[in-house]
Amino acid sequence: MKVYDLIIIGAGPAGITASVYAARKKMDFLVVTKDIGGQAALSGEVENYTGYQFISGPELVAKFEEHLRKFAILIKENEEVLELKKEDDLVLIKTKEDVYTAKTAIVASGKRSKELNIPGEKEFKNRGLTYCATCDAPLFSEKTVAVIGGGNSALDATLQLMKIAKEIYLINITSALGGDPIMREKVEKNSRVKILNNTEVLEIMGDRFVSGIRIKKDNKIEKLAIQGVFVEIGLIPNSEFVKDIEKNEFGEIKVNCKNQTSIPAIFACGDVTDVVEKQIIVACGEGAKAALSAFRYLSQQR
Amino acid sequence: MNKRVKIYSTPTCPWCQRTKQFLKENNIEFEDFDVSSNQEAAEEMIRISGQMGVPVLDIDGEIVVGFDKERIKELLGL
Repeated sequence: MKVYDLIIIGAGPAGITASVYAARKKMDFLVVTKDIGGQAALSGEVENYTGYQFISGPELVAKFEEHLRKFAILIKENEEVLELKKEDDLVLIKTKEDVYTAKTAIVASGKRSKELNIPGEKEFKNRGLTYCATCDAPLFSEKTVAVIGGGNSALDATLQLMKIAKEIYLINITSALGGDPIMREKVEKNSRVKILNNTEVLEIMGDRFVSGIRIKKDNKIEKLAIQGVFVEIGLIPNSEFVKDIEKNEFGEIKVNCKNQTSIPAIFACGDVTDVVEKQIIVACGEGAKAALSAFRYLSQQR
Repeated sequence: MNKRVKIYSTPTCPWCQRTKQFLKENNIEFEDFDVSSNQEAAEEMIRISGQMGVPVLDIDGEIVVGFDKERIKELLGL
């Protein structure tokens, strides 16, 4: 079986930058990824990537991809990694389609939207329930909707919906909204937004499409008639497939300043790691570091 | 064998932009329906796909939900 120098898992900002660096070091490597761009492809506006005063997420990702494709890199797209482990001196990667082996691996698999795990959520996904306000908000013009969450992503979704929907319930499980004060004030001042604190969502209801939600507020159970649900309760790392590696309480893979994990030969970078700042530019920098660390590790092994 | 390609999209949706970009790169002509401003198209999209997520592609009557590159390639013979 073919043994690569390196396998990079994920092709968001971190994975793509790692790939560019690995290609320039002429490493023999493979990229395995579900998609190109990751969460950056879903960002609305990016105003803090140096060199671009304003660029949309998809435009920035298109530039990343163009840079990536400049090299003859072997990319397995639409392929999800099920397991990554170290066996003897080799790293083993299992996907639905295949098994790959390498001397080193870089985990750059990012994060995904957290789910509510309540009845009706799966059934009504894309039938009124969505995790991407940027994508789907325009379909709810003049409708009554609920945004679930209380942090910046919930505020961002609410701000987008204020221009579109008739009425917005912002449903927050804690006693007060979090997030940036500037965004919070805009939401609090808007007459279309009703903020429900201390409120838990119990069930999504409907027939073919969402028609309501059941909520619990101050120990009282109520039903709200709504046509749209925007789930914005944060993100979780895509780290479940890495076995026997050290993670923090949030499931993020622990790395040191050289992007080494607790398993020699396995490196990690970007939002899947415990590096605190989750930013596109930080993920890119971490991706570069991880590739250079993997390269250095390999040269020391020889 | 030019197939008729329709895309239902919103201007803000990143996957819609990526889908359209992909079609353009492959020189595929398509009609674009903005479901955020065209209510009739929005209802049509929900009717044919049975769901509300964008983008939706209609390739000669075959419906593709989301930027499913492999399926799009297959249907267009790319």
